[in-house]
Amino acid sequence: MGFRFDLLLFVITLLSVPVLSDLFLSKIDRRIDLTTQAVGITATLKVENAGSDLVSEVLLAFPDDQAKHLAYLTATNNEGKGKAKSSSVSFPVDVVRPKGMPPSLTFYSVSLPKGLGKGDSLTLDVLAVFAHALQPFPERISQADIQLVVFYETAHYLSPYAVKVQSLSVKLPDARIESFSKIENTKIHGSEIKYGPYENLPPFSYSPIAVHFEANQPFAIAQQLIREIEISHWGNVQVTEHYNLVHEGAQSKGEFSRLDYQARPHVRGASAIRHLVAKLPPRAHSIYYRDEIGNISTSKLWGDPKKTELVIEPRYPMFGGWRTAFTIGYGLPLQDFLFHLEGKRCLNISFGSPINELVVDTLIVKVVLPEGSTDISVSAPFPVKQGQETKFSHLDVVGRPVIVLEKTNVVPEHNQHFQVYYKFSSLSMFREPLMLISGFFFLFVACIIYMHADLSISKSSPSYLAKLQWDEVQAGVQQVRNIFDRCLTAHDKLEASLRDLSRTGDVQACKASWKAVDNLLKDLSKDLKPLLVSLQSSPQAAQILPKVEELIAKERELQEKLMVKHSTVVDSYEKKLSGREIENRVALQQQKITALRQEVDDLLDFIDEI
Amino acid sequence: MVGKAEPVNGSVKSGSNQSIPAAMQSPLKKSDLIPNLSLKTLKLKTKQQELLIRVSILCLVYVLAFITRLFSVLRYESMIHEFDPYFNYRTTLFLTEKGFYEFWNWFDSESWYPLGRIIGGTLYPGLMVTAAIIYWLLRFLRFAIHIREVCVLTAPFFASNTTLVAYFFGKEVWDSGAGLVAAALIAICPGYISRSVAGSYDNEGVAIFALLLTFYLFVKAVNTGSLAWALASAFGYFYMVSAWGGYVFIINLIPLYVLVLLITGRYSMRLYVAYNSMYVLGMLLAMQIRFVGFQHVQSGEHMAAMGVFFLLQVFFFLDWVKHLLSDTKLFQAFLRITVTTAIAVGAIALGVGTASGYISPWTGRFYSLLDPTYAKDHIPIIASVSEHQPTAWSSFMFDFHILLFLFPAGLYFCFKRLSDATIFIVMYGLTSIYFAGVMVRLILVATPAVCLISAIAVSATIKNLTLVARAKNKVTQTGFVRGSSSLKGSSKASLDQSQPFQRNGAIALLLGAFYLLSKYATHCTWVTSEAYSSPSIVLAARGAHGNRVIFDDYREAYFWLRKNTPPDAKVMSWWDYGYQITAMGNRTVIVDNNTWNNTHIATVGRAMSSYENEAYEIMRSLDVDYVLVVFGGVTGYSSDDINKFLWMVRIGGGVFPVIKEPDYLVNGEYRVDKGAAPKMLNCLMYKLSYYRFGELTTEYGKPPGYDRARGVEIGNKDIKLEYLEEAFTTSNWIVRIYKVKPPNNRWERCSIFTLGPHCAALPFSGNVSWLGRINFSTNAGIG
Repeated sequence: MGFRFDLLLFVITLLSVPVLSDLFLSKIDRRIDLTTQAVGITATLKVENAGSDLVSEVLLAFPDDQAKHLAYLTATNNEGKGKAKSSSVSFPVDVVRPKGMPPSLTFYSVSLPKGLGKGDSLTLDVLAVFAHALQPFPERISQADIQLVVFYETAHYLSPYAVKVQSLSVKLPDARIESFSKIENTKIHGSEIKYGPYENLPPFSYSPIAVHFEANQPFAIAQQLIREIEISHWGNVQVTEHYNLVHEGAQSKGEFSRLDYQARPHVRGASAIRHLVAKLPPRAHSIYYRDEIGNISTSKLWGDPKKTELVIEPRYPMFGGWRTAFTIGYGLPLQDFLFHLEGKRCLNISFGSPINELVVDTLIVKVVLPEGSTDISVSAPFPVKQGQETKFSHLDVVGRPVIVLEKTNVVPEHNQHFQVYYKFSSLSMFREPLMLISGFFFLFVACIIYMHADLSISKSSPSYLAKLQWDEVQAGVQQVRNIFDRCLTAHDKLEASLRDLSRTGDVQACKASWKAVDNLLKDLSKDLKPLLVSLQSSPQAAQILPKVEELIAKERELQEKLMVKHSTVVDSYEKKLSGREIENRVALQQQKITALRQEVDDLLDFIDEI
Repeated sequence: MVGKAEPVNGSVKSGSNQSIPAAMQSPLKKSDLIPNLSLKTLKLKTKQQELLIRVSILCLVYVLAFITRLFSVLRYESMIHEFDPYFNYRTTLFLTEKGFYEFWNWFDSESWYPLGRIIGGTLYPGLMVTAAIIYWLLRFLRFAIHIREVCVLTAPFFASNTTLVAYFFGKEVWDSGAGLVAAALIAICPGYISRSVAGSYDNEGVAIFALLLTFYLFVKAVNTGSLAWALASAFGYFYMVSAWGGYVFIINLIPLYVLVLLITGRYSMRLYVAYNSMYVLGMLLAMQIRFVGFQHVQSGEHMAAMGVFFLLQVFFFLDWVKHLLSDTKLFQAFLRITVTTAIAVGAIALGVGTASGYISPWTGRFYSLLDPTYAKDHIPIIASVSEHQPTAWSSFMFDFHILLFLFPAGLYFCFKRLSDATIFIVMYGLTSIYFAGVMVRLILVATPAVCLISAIAVSATIKNLTLVARAKNKVTQTGFVRGSSSLKGSSKASLDQSQPFQRNGAIALLLGAFYLLSKYATHCTWVTSEAYSSPSIVLAARGAHGNRVIFDDYREAYFWLRKNTPPDAKVMSWWDYGYQITAMGNRTVIVDNNTWNNTHIATVGRAMSSYENEAYEIMRSLDVDYVLVVFGGVTGYSSDDINKFLWMVRIGGGVFPVIKEPDYLVNGEYRVDKGAAPKMLNCLMYKLSYYRFGELTTEYGKPPGYDRARGVEIGNKDIKLEYLEEAFTTSNWIVRIYKVKPPNNRWERCSIFTLGPHCAALPFSGNVSWLGRINFSTNAGIG
């Protein structure tokens, strides 16, 4: 059967050769990095045009089963002979289906803007990153076993063009190598395996190799990662990342013994994920790490001006096949990520996950723009699926526009910045505070209206009428109370004038004040009369009325006594009597006045109680 | 003060301009005058001032009640505490996601496997509906909050509302001063805080509010005789019924109170209106709760209310007949006949009802309240719960502090000023104190009564003392003003002589009272912070260097279950952890904290106390996939399954007599070391707890296998498991999960080495790939 396949391939190759014979690859260097779970293959291709036509595209071929794991592919022009990366220009790469090609190959075409003329040559750097390319073997291990993985590749570069000279080097982690395919020109150098050089191979040469080695680096795969980036123009970019993590290394079987794990963590549980490191942008703040059932307390944070490093431990060490889910969130200063650009605002923030060496199967980035943003557009460095939805957060009326970007097979190389452009008026910022303020304002207004409005249903019910009357009585009593207070003030004034007299001897002033007080008291008693009448008419006041009447009587008596005392003292002064004599004359009156005053005070207190 | 007094001065004197300069010339004299004047003038506003002070004190108390319950949120996080709250949280989550009808008809297949549980018909939905309504309201007002935050803060929020009710209740019973003191006392009383800290999302958090509200509205209805208040109290009762099983206390206390009023001759139309409308409407409303159903007419616990209802009708009827009949002799005869018939009819009805089974007898829980020793002998499942134990004196002191001796003082004041309202509060206080003595958790019910009665004591005492202090003040003031006259009546002199002593005494007593109250406040804060604010799901301890060490093992285990077991896995554990496993682990459990099926729990208890092979049969019959045990031997965490084990034996033995408690004891002593009973050393619980523990050194200087929770070296260090395997153990060994192995195949073969799915992976590669694979697989074979 294999022979037949080979034959088929040969036929196809023969068929397709004429189409592409213009180009050939004079030199290829490939370096495969197997130290992390995302396998990176860097190929330096020297392309030469042997034909006469101008060629504007170079085809790259991958087998289908490899292509479906292909996460990232770039081709850059390596002009400088040295490592002058700055001069490199990356070319656009697209999937193409050229006619007459073998069916189980996926082709990517690198477009050369300038084209390649006759006899010209070009050096291309092609970086391809594959996720899920390392397969654990055996697939199930116990806690004490070490994790072995196997990697398949071809020693000969698979290309629709003829290749003159090529070599391949495979970089492995510093650990045991279980086995690797030995073909011609295979050398091993520490943890590096070299294949080649091979010379003058026809198009579509294929020489499969397998490398089986120990790999204890974490195989942390986020099956789904939702990154929500929420912009607040009050100065914060809030990033929330929901991870759904699985250890896709060799599945664990049998017992998990905590005792073994605790005693010798690096032997019994070497392949377990103990912690993950996230490199957050500098000046990240308010960082949290939690899951559906609460905060996870096993995390550490370091910060310096260049970066913030967050080390998070899952709730439990993750063995092969174990899953976990968690959320990390952090705030970033707005001015580091948001810029003004030609009347628009531009958010410039990284696309991928901040966690080191994490492969994401499905990454959904949601950019939540402030409510009222318009003219939204996105520019991403690689193709992503775009969508839009609405999110309701605090105090939103129409909802915030959310840009949804979705991408599958995301590797750390995708950690590039993307841009979201939108228009937003700064005045809209104040809408939500104003809403709150007006909310409270209307609440208070409603309270005031409630306090002042009469909401009783039946305006003629006896209890309602009684309440009204009682309110009236209370108002009346309050007025009476006020009048008495003024009376008492007047009395005090009288006393004061007497004291002034004793000091200055100014009889005229004293008399004048006496007159004034007298007038005032008369006015007050006039005011009192209608109030008293109204109180007498009200049945509700029956309880208080006797007290009020008693109060009036006492007050009148007090008033009289005071007047008498005052006139006596003034008289005495006019007669120029000595102080002691005056005192003797008023002593009796004074005593009565004090007693009366006490009684009046008590009565007032009693009325106050009501 | 001067500034305030002056304009009034001016306006009074505006009539005579000459006197103004006179007044201006004598600032010294005036200063004498001003206190008098300003006091009078300010008195205009005392009413408003009082209102302002009262409202601001209430607001402060409201806020205080809320924030003092936030210790746990600040120390730990915004999380649900303990056991039952997790069930409430789970149901609330369901309610908010699926809506009310789904919730009402929810059959939960995740608990009580394989029986399941009809959630809608077996819970009090008040708490969940309340939280959901708050949540929906906030959502409607555009506050995008998570339901968890609502649940966590529901209890403090209702505690705040309770302070308001306490204020109004105190005002109704005594005066507004007592109301204020009651609000302040209940805001920080540890007895109440213990069940209402943030995160303690349990029925009691809402129910105490509902209880107090119902009582307040009922007392208000009795005081006013108003239908409106009576209806309000019926709705308060409905809320209480929907929230907590403790409503039985209301439906028995209120009839008792009515009966006491009848006996003491305080029957009035107000009482008649209040009780009848409250009872009839409250009963009809309560029937709407599915869990309560027709219990109001069918259960023995509710019969007292109905009896009093009919008694009131008889009373009213007699009153009416007395009114019609002028002849007292005739009335006496009538009275005798009517009362005899009424009692006879009532007794016959009760007898027939009970005999025919229409009226159910009292439940065990009810009996255990009346007779504290009942549960111990008959219902081990009730007796096994620590919060159902009789209360120790120390916990009274811990929860009430000074209220414990203010309470009798308050009772004295209540008896001194006996009214319908004070009779109620006295009865509430006395009955609830009795129940608090029977069961620790019922301290909660007693707390509002104790706070109210103590508040009466505090308020009345302070009022009397300040009256004494202030009366003297006034006399001295007036004496001072009249001092210039230097005249004192002899009678007055004697009065003055006695007063300084009295006044100083009063001031000293006042200071003492304030000292006590401030002690109370510090005690409450201390208790709240130290004892009642721990979520119990996360344990914290002090490390060797004074740093805080957190044991988050429960959540570690539950989250492991949630993520790494099949979604339909059944987990067997002791019932304490059932709610937590379903809520946090999202897995089906055999038994949980609902404890509605004693046999099922006993089966689990039996499995735990059997040998492994017997237990395996039981577990197979229950489809158990995982077994979860809690073990504190490494950390010294004492409330683990080994310490609860005797209850498992007792409960299991109560149903299955094969399990005998003496088999696990040695001379009546429970031990796990070498001297332990052989059955103990080989039962499933022992094996699961101590599996491979014998190899672990827990403490320096102690032999391996030293159990720190019990302080002994374990007796069986060589534990082999045959039918189970360790699936997961948390980092501090507090939770251990075992997987139940499937039964062995009868003809077990060696598994054949297969190439796995890679053959299909490279369709393109053809024979070359095949070659490579052979190459590889031979290598693998060698390796």
